[in-house]
This record gives sequence, structure tokens and C-alpha cells, in this order.
Amino acid sequence: MDFKLKIWRQKNTTAKGRFETYNISGISPDASFLEMLDILNDQLIEEGGDPVAFDSDCREGICGMCSLYINGRPHGPDHGITVCQMHMRNFKDGEMITIEPWRAKPFPIIKDLMVDRGAFDKIIQAGGYISVNTGGVPDANAIPIRKENADLAMDAAACIGCGACVAACKNASAMLFVSASVSHFTLLPQGRVEAKERVKAMVAKMDELGFGNCSNTGACEAECPKEIKLTNIARLNREFYKAHVS
Amino acid sequence: MSRFLGSSITRKITMALLGLFLILFLPVHLGINFLLLKSDPEPFNKAAHFMATFWLVKGFEVLLLASFLLHIFYGILLQIQNWLARGKQYKITNYSQTSFFSKFMIWTGLIIFIFLIIHFMNFYFIKIGWVQGDPENFYGVAHQLFNIPAYIILYVFSFLILGFHLAHAFWSAFQTLGWNTAGLSPVFKVLGILYAILIPLGFTLIPLIIYFS
Ligand code: SF4
Ligand code: FES
Repeated sequence: MDFKLKIWRQKNTTAKGRFETYNISGISPDASFLEMLDILNDQLIEEGGDPVAFDSDCREGICGMCSLYINGRPHGPDHGITVCQMHMRNFKDGEMITIEPWRAKPFPIIKDLMVDRGAFDKIIQAGGYISVNTGGVPDANAIPIRKENADLAMDAAACIGCGACVAACKNASAMLFVSASVSHFTLLPQGRVEAKERVKAMVAKMDELGFGNCSNTGACEAECPKEIKLTNIARLNREFYKAHVS
Repeated sequence: MSRFLGSSITRKITMALLGLFLILFLPVHLGINFLLLKSDPEPFNKAAHFMATFWLVKGFEVLLLASFLLHIFYGILLQIQNWLARGKQYKITNYSQTSFFSKFMIWTGLIIFIFLIIHFMNFYFIKIGWVQGDPENFYGVAHQLFNIPAYIILYVFSFLILGFHLAHAFWSAFQTLGWNTAGLSPVFKVLGILYAILIPLGFTLIPLIIYFS
């Protein structure tokens, strides 16, 4: 398959940046999107050019590093997967593909398509943990947990911190990410202990870092590769005022 | 405390509560408006008079005005923060599956605000003496306005926009208040759509009936 790629190039955080167009041909429909970019980079290196910088690590949808905004959608056209899991057969032969980095004030561009998502780490550091020492592997049934809560917590814990929710949101809001983390802990007895402090601290940090305000638009849910649900945001709101009022 | 008052979620909860208060007020207003359909001006004028003089309603009125102003103030504030949070815009804007009307809340809100100013010039400002007119005969004023085709078009248009605003607002308020569980969320969605259709429909039918009868 042949493609025309329009890619955002930017030397460093402060440089101005612009789109460059590249032609690439002979791509297998079964190649992943990142493999296609690898092939492009090989070409660029052979020609003595500067390869396109983009993030990736596991390439199997579990680490949350890959982060490309493709033709107007974070992680590209397919639903419920990361860009590293997406294949070129999702595009038409000869199609023009526009690739942009995540755009949000709290995610500064490092180079080209790589952004610094350290802001997410700061939110987690503010409260996305439990301070009890869990010791060795405990018996799974030592603490009884309702099946529904265990399921909901597990679903929320599926968040890989990729930032697609922020990238998709018209307000660059981090609510889905924060709500996934808060829900995951709050639904379990181990996390319940510090629930109040956690939600206060994480929301305060999120605001401080300059993420936008959620307007319940739902673009985050639509684009999240792990299909984290909006009901988590409702739970976050609930936990937030419960923590402050009681 | 500042972590509470200064928080984005607190602002949004305030937005939601004020919005819900306005949502509660609309059916009351609509109920009174239906009296305009009677050929006798007395019941409507009486209701308007009661609304203007009864102390409890007067207190309610202050609350209502404050709600409008705060709702607008917070709406603009949150929107500006949201615009700033993106930084550089995307070349290709996102077209993911989302709540459609949620994308235009600031603009539908603005149009409703403009209508509200016109509405106030016609009624409320007369009542408080800012604009000349007979505050005891709002029935006459309304019937006069509802015989001007241009006014009716403006009126219907404004309520259509209000419907768009409400279509997202209703469900969204409950989401912000944290009531949307997997089970309740679809219920609020349906109720919201029904509300967003029925209330504006009620309001717009009145001038249309008056004009064509
Ligand atoms: S909520 Fe979804 S989109 Fe957001 S960071 Fe987690 S996995 Fe990525
Ligand atoms: S590279 Fe790890 S999720 Fe895509």
C-alpha cells in the first residue's frame, strides 16, 4: 500500500514546528502503524535526514507510551485500541494521513510527535497509590470484596495513562484519567482508607497543572483505548464532594 | 478549603446546581404563559401581579437572577480556561462520537442570553421601572409582541436554541453531581431529551396559536 504522510515536525519544545509531507510505498496492509513509521524512519536515515521522533515501548497495547493523533483521532481510526495495535489495513491505499502530537498545554512537545506526559505522573504522585505495606502475595480471598466492585475497580485499573482522553477532549481535560485512578482505589477496601485525601489531592494537582474543565462531552470515553467509562467521572465528582463535605 | 472552593469540580457543581434551578423554574414560567391563551387578560395579569408582589416570589426572583448571572459567569470562566488548556490547536479537529450539543454550550448560551436581554426589556425592566410601560398589563404586551411575525421568528428560534442547550445540560448536570451510574445515566439522558423537546415546544406553541387564531 502507498500513503502520503503529513507529519508534525518540531525540533524541540520551544521551536516553532511545521508539517512535512512524506511519500511511502510498498507497505503491507498487515503492518502496524508504528512499523510503517519505522520503515519511514529507515528511509529518512538512509537519505541522511532526521527520523521522526515518536513514543512507543511495549507495542502490544499495555504500556501507554504510543501517542499519535491520526486524522483527527487519538490512536487513529480504530476503536478501543492503541495506535501500536492498529494496522494499515484501516486506511485506504493512497490515502493522505495526517499525524499530530497530543495537543494540551500540560503536555509540552519534546520533539516531533513526542510529548512530555510527566503531568500525569505528578497527578499519580499526588494520591494515586495506597500507603499500606501489602507484604508478600496475600490470599486473594482474605478480604471479601463484592463482585461488582471488583469488576468496576478492575475496569478502571485498565487505564494505561496514555493521555488520549486529554488529547481527544475539546477542553484538554484529564478527568477520565483521574477518575479511572480514583475509582480503581476507591472501590476497594485497601484504597478506601485514604479515599478522601486522595481525591482532594489528585483533583487539586490536576487543576494546578492546567488541564481544562470537563464539560461532559464524552470524547474521552469514545477515544480511550481501554474503554474507560464516563460513569467513573460521575464517581469522581461524587467522591470529591463527599470528601469535602463529610 | 481553597482546595474545595477553587476546584474545577466545585465550579462545575455550582454550574450544575444553578442550571437545575433554572430547569425547575422553566415549567413554572410555562404554566403561567399558558394563561395567555385565554381571551380574558385577567388571569394572566393577576398571575403576573402576584409574581411581582408576593414577598416569597420576590425573594425567589432575586435568587433566580443571581442564578442566571452566576451560571453565565461560571460558564464563561470555565470556557476560557478550557480554550487555554489546549494551547496550539489541532490541524484536523476531532470528530469522535460525542454529545453533539455539548460542543456549542457557550454559543447556545450566548444566544439565550441575548434573548433574555430582549425579554427583560419587554417585561422585567418595565416592572422595575427601567423601561416605560404598564406593568399591570403584561397580557397586552405579550399579545402585541405575538402579533409581530419577526418577533415570533426570533422567539421560536431562541427556544429552539434553548432546546439544544438543554439537550446536553440536563444529563450533564446529573453527571457533574455524580448521580450517573451505569443504570441511571441512560434514564437521565432520555428525561433530558424529553424535557429539551417538551418545554421549548410548549413555549413556542403559545405565540403560534395566538398569531394564527
Ligand atoms: S483513561 Fe483511557 S485515554 Fe485516558 S489515559 Fe487512561 S487509557 Fe488513556
Ligand atoms: S507502545 Fe505500549 S501501548 Fe502502544
